[in-house]
Amino acid sequence: MDIHEYQAKKILAGFGVAVPRGGIVYSPENAENKARELGGSKWVVKAQIHSGARGKAGGIIVCNSELEVAQATDKLLGKKLVTNQTGPEGKIVNRVYIEEATDIKKELYLGLVFDRSSESIMVVASTEGGMSVEEISKQKPETIIRSKIEVAVGMQQFQAREIAFGLGIEPKLISRMAEAITGCYRAFSELDATMVEVNPLVISNQEQILALDCKMSFDNNALFRRNQISELRDKTQENASEVYASDRGLNYVSLDGNIGNIINGAGLAMASMDMIKLAGGEPANFLDVGGGATPEKIVKAFKLISMDKKVKVILVNIFAGINRCDWVAEGIVQALQKIEIKVPLVIRLAGTNVEKGNQILKESKINYIEANTLEDAANKAVKALGK
Amino acid sequence: MSVLIDKSTKILIQGFTGKMGTFHAEEMIKYGSKVVGGVTPGKGGSKHLNLPVFNTVKEAVETTGASASILFVPPAFAADSAMEAADAGIKTCVAIVDGIPSHDMIRIKRYMRRYSRIQKMTLIGPNCAGVISPGKSMLGIMPGHIYKQGKVGIIGRSGTLGYEAAQQMKNLGIGISTSVGIGGDPINGSSFKDILEKFEEDNETDAVLMIGEIGGPQEVVAGKFAKENMKKPVIAYIAGLTAPKGRVMGHAGAIVSAYGESAVEKVELLKECGVTISKNPSVMGETVKSVLTKK
Repeated sequence: MDIHEYQAKKILAGFGVAVPRGGIVYSPENAENKARELGGSKWVVKAQIHSGARGKAGGIIVCNSELEVAQATDKLLGKKLVTNQTGPEGKIVNRVYIEEATDIKKELYLGLVFDRSSESIMVVASTEGGMSVEEISKQKPETIIRSKIEVAVGMQQFQAREIAFGLGIEPKLISRMAEAITGCYRAFSELDATMVEVNPLVISNQEQILALDCKMSFDNNALFRRNQISELRDKTQENASEVYASDRGLNYVSLDGNIGNIINGAGLAMASMDMIKLAGGEPANFLDVGGGATPEKIVKAFKLISMDKKVKVILVNIFAGINRCDWVAEGIVQALQKIEIKVPLVIRLAGTNVEKGNQILKESKINYIEANTLEDAANKAVKALGK
Repeated sequence: MSVLIDKSTKILIQGFTGKMGTFHAEEMIKYGSKVVGGVTPGKGGSKHLNLPVFNTVKEAVETTGASASILFVPPAFAADSAMEAADAGIKTCVAIVDGIPSHDMIRIKRYMRRYSRIQKMTLIGPNCAGVISPGKSMLGIMPGHIYKQGKVGIIGRSGTLGYEAAQQMKNLGIGISTSVGIGGDPINGSSFKDILEKFEEDNETDAVLMIGEIGGPQEVVAGKFAKENMKKPVIAYIAGLTAPKGRVMGHAGAIVSAYGESAVEKVELLKECGVTISKNPSVMGETVKSVLTKK
């Protein structure tokens, strides 16, 4: 789960990492008041969406008067921002963050992620703040410092110091920098995060060390014990169909093609999509109804796919294990009694009681194309597109 | 032989008296697995499915001599149950459950470092279908009848895609020594390489099929291991050709975030290691067959 910049900054502040003063606003009037309250003569108006690269998309505006702050807020609120991370549909700006401007002396990069090969937390830092970590590793790989943290004992002071020295910080700022790095680590490990990225982490002209921007993601599997984090979820930042699906216990990812999929199991779903591609088609979605493929889940899946206007053919591929094909077939028949499907439907059942399952489908008089193997199903789905 | 489990392996069910534990214990017993009892804290001393229930894994191991266990406990308690099994001397523990936090998985693995290589438990999963040595024993939730007994090892992340492979192989008359589901999570108990090592040592396994997917470094690490240390042929299929970068595809671990993690890149890297690639999921069985015929 992702959260907004202002939420991430509030969390970091709680772990002793300094952030510029600021506040969230919902209207231009609000914004003007907030600017006045913060004081000073320069502010930054920042669109709150779940995406990086907001600056290039016009989502971050530097202002020199309270009036400008109000105008910038007016411009951003309700707008859809398209960045290189949001996809062409963009993300809606419902909240704007007003922040005091910082006089930047030096911009740094600090990121924390899980390292899957060493199964530890990896800290990545660089002197080239402001660029994405991908850009840094392409253009300035020599500036990247990596430090593996042993999760069982946590980050040690010397490790934080080593990173700080590696960043070429002047000696009098080392301990403050080490504190900031340790604070980010503690936020990561104590809140079940999967990513904490402070970019840029800046040294100001007043020699403060500040998190100027921050992105955080959390482990969905751990939200049950992180109530304060799960309350930060903003569904307006997620794909509407994906929210609909996740609310109903389905694993769904919306894609660009036109062949809709209903499959049990994530691996089989990916494999079926591969077959569609190899057969010359493009999948409209990834959809895993769960290994068990219960009738209820199948009904929900049909409802979800039937809402997708891109879909021109539906491919159902269920490998029945402990559940049986005849139950699955009954689930499909039930679903089709409730939901009208106007596009060609290809169904492939496999596994336990497959003959019985196919017989139920045939006798039900539903309009569908039967397929036997994975390959057969993909070919028939692509062929049905032309009809 | 087979790896991890065979006919004589004594099995405990952790989370025995729950709905899932009961259902799958019955399926395992029907298959012929030697289930000797179960653990549900607070219900020790009672009987369930005519088998003894214990309060602790330690007590269960002391009484029954069990060496394997399978977890049917909710995600929040799974880490604790796995560590309890490790401490009680269980040798193979399968965690079926989907939804264990990654931080907990790291904790389990660190905890297990206290044991020497010989004493150490092999944890399989989480978020997997388990282990089956066809015709001998099943420590999992798979449909046992689709697996034919034989001499090919399978290691896979996905449950249903593993079933697909087993079925394709059965249709071609190819049998399986053991099939191991290592699960779809980013941090798992055993890696592809860990299980490859066991298959290489197993005198009744002639070849191994790896069913991988996008995300993480494990498939490629296993490929390098096979190149440097294995005499037996390895065949692989990698799912997720159409998966967009940066999106989680159902399995928490199925996300491309670095070079070498996409399906195309993994296939290239595995080919360099001399692994035979099944070019699509429909020909996993045929690819295994062609490798076996060449031998």
